[in-house]
Amino acid sequence: MTAPDAAELRRRTRELLAAHPPATTDRTDFLKARFDAGLAWVHYPVGLGGLDAPRSLQPVVDAELVAADAPDNDPRRIGIGLGMAAPTILGFGTDEQKERFLRPLWVGEEVWCQLFSEPGAGSDLAALGTRAVRDGEGWVVDGQKVWTSSAHLARWAILIARTDPDVPKHRGISYFICDMTDPGVEVRPLRQITGEAEFNEVFLTGVRIPDNRRLGAVGEGWKVAQTTLMNERVSIGGSRIPREGGMIGPVARTWRERPELRTHDLHQRLLTLWVEAEVARLTGERLRQQLVAGQPGPEGSGMKLAFARLNQEISGLEVELLGDEGLLYGDWTMRRPELVDFTGRDAGYRYLRSKGNSIEGGTSEVLLNIVAERVLALPSEPRNDKDVAWKDLSR
Amino acid sequence: MTAQTQSGQAPDLLYSEAEEDLRAAVRSLLADRADAPTVIARTESDTPYDPELWKALATGIGAAGLLVPEELGGQGATHREAAVVLEELGRSVAPAPYLTSSVVATEILLALGAQDGPASALLTELAEGRRVAVPAVPFAAASAANARLDSLDGVVGPVADAAAADVLLVPTADGLYAVETDAPGVRVEPLVALDLTRPLATVTLDGASGTRLADADAGRRAVDRGLLAGAGLLASEQLGLAEWCLTETVRHTRERHQFNRPVGSFQALKHRMAQLWLEVVSARAAARNAADALATGSPDTPLAVAVAQAYCSKVAVHAAEECVQLHGGIGMTWEHPAHLYLKRAKADATAYGTAGRHRETVAALMELPAP
Repeated sequence: MTAPDAAELRRRTRELLAAHPPATTDRTDFLKARFDAGLAWVHYPVGLGGLDAPRSLQPVVDAELVAADAPDNDPRRIGIGLGMAAPTILGFGTDEQKERFLRPLWVGEEVWCQLFSEPGAGSDLAALGTRAVRDGEGWVVDGQKVWTSSAHLARWAILIARTDPDVPKHRGISYFICDMTDPGVEVRPLRQITGEAEFNEVFLTGVRIPDNRRLGAVGEGWKVAQTTLMNERVSIGGSRIPREGGMIGPVARTWRERPELRTHDLHQRLLTLWVEAEVARLTGERLRQQLVAGQPGPEGSGMKLAFARLNQEISGLEVELLGDEGLLYGDWTMRRPELVDFTGRDAGYRYLRSKGNSIEGGTSEVLLNIVAERVLALPSEPRNDKDVAWKDLSR
Repeated sequence: MTAQTQSGQAPDLLYSEAEEDLRAAVRSLLADRADAPTVIARTESDTPYDPELWKALATGIGAAGLLVPEELGGQGATHREAAVVLEELGRSVAPAPYLTSSVVATEILLALGAQDGPASALLTELAEGRRVAVPAVPFAAASAANARLDSLDGVVGPVADAAAADVLLVPTADGLYAVETDAPGVRVEPLVALDLTRPLATVTLDGASGTRLADADAGRRAVDRGLLAGAGLLASEQLGLAEWCLTETVRHTRERHQFNRPVGSFQALKHRMAQLWLEVVSARAAARNAADALATGSPDTPLAVAVAQAYCSKVAVHAAEECVQLHGGIGMTWEHPAHLYLKRAKADATAYGTAGRHRETVAALMELPAP
């Protein structure tokens, strides 16, 4: 079968809408029907929610569905499943795993979380110490994970754990799908700088994982995790932004509406940041045009760096611009928000939350190393951990 | 809010195949005729401009006529292609009156809209590379408002590339004039410029005569349009310049060994180069956006140009300064070309209005007024 073109996708979408009118169809039923019609993510294989079509044609389907007021799968709620678990399962899963997991993941019936970072393994993720030990047909997992968003809502987790402590760190890791309802999984909210708890700590004690929930070969988990992490960085930096669409928007509006707050110093800084925000927007737009033209560039690795710095500087400026009001904070109550909106709430929240933008998904310092070594081909720092067994590393 | 919002069509920020072909041709010409030792040697000679290089670029490749319609002897291309030529000229810093003659003066003449008469005749001569014209306007001016004489009597400067020009486009209170540089009453005297690769001169008019091309209002609008195009495409020159600085700095720090390792392996240096890379990538988006806006006549053009200049000036200077610093001692020598790029970058940051002036334009267009 040749891949469908835009006209064919439009035809199939209309067929779906005719067979399952959104107005009279249950939301989940509609989403399942959409998945089964191959219109969930058209670049996925036939039978797994796609039609082997070019990824760039997805907007054709989405536009038809939006026009018909069809329900979506609330992608912000299931971002980790869509952006990280799904591409990894697609790339490394067995046929049974793809069959079992992708449909409920995409429909949103099963929420996913990511068990990667540990208290002792952040930037040096490959040094992780959570152990997975063979036990008959399966594995027994013990350890502690941290910075896990959605862990309290998740049915499944993607998990990396150490299966061989006697080889260098990158080689002794395996990748698993972990059942979050296992009695050995304990989730505790992790209260953060903003007062709320977006993330969790996850304690794993004697958690049993059958061997058929392993993704990729034993000891190949680091390679599998690269797929997950690459998708994380793309999903953080890659979304489309209209002019004044990011953090600069509320500051510019405040500037226009409240002349009494204006000072010369703030004006100079505002204009500099406005220009930088506009250029970052254009850089993202150029990256998107490259992707659509099938010439992905290395620019993606830079976008997260740019937005982290801009978000921090703009929100910092906003707190100052607001004067007395900038001295106040909306609410320090400990809560567990289901959705995180970096531009939401007040200036104080934005200022504090954006501090995480240069840490989460790879610190800016690590990303600068990645750009320097992979894009500019600069030599790496001398390393003393590459040929040392994990158990002999200092910690 | 009534400030400019997004216009419908997204700008094309990529390079077409034809644009890449043009780039390859210009780059190969510059590699042949304008390598760094040649450019350095010429800066201290009586002939900073290489006439053979100009002939090959303007006429051979046809770069001088990119903005000019075919019926007037040009290539009928757009600012997008001219921007690519400027990226390559920025990468080589070879002295050539391209930005001043083939972009700004050409755009001024195009803006007059004449299909025949002296303006269109001159346009054809410029497009075919037979003559060079530059505006008799201070190089730092961002608009014609504060850049005109009362009459063809007085002193203007510093004027970029006046020494390479056959014709000066002189805005006066009485209209826009074309004045031959070898006419009686015209003196072009070279200045000692900070930027060794874009010669500056003082133009003195003393009872000179010229051809009146337009009345004062039309002349002022045309010069403003020329300076807008100049500022917009200068961003592409700054991009090419910054890219050369980054490439050479990466090359040098990979090869240079201290403490028994390449200095480019130290994170303190790598992070600076990675940061520069991010700035260059961003400058490319800003410069392409300005070139595309000029090419398509987008209503966003003034904003796109102001954003590109406010951003790319800083990137070019930063890249050149990092280039000197990360080259260490060799970066301070006359022999190494880094100084040519620093001097060009610093002068470019003033040309056609500083970044600060362009930020003020952003403030006006986006309704973000000063206190």
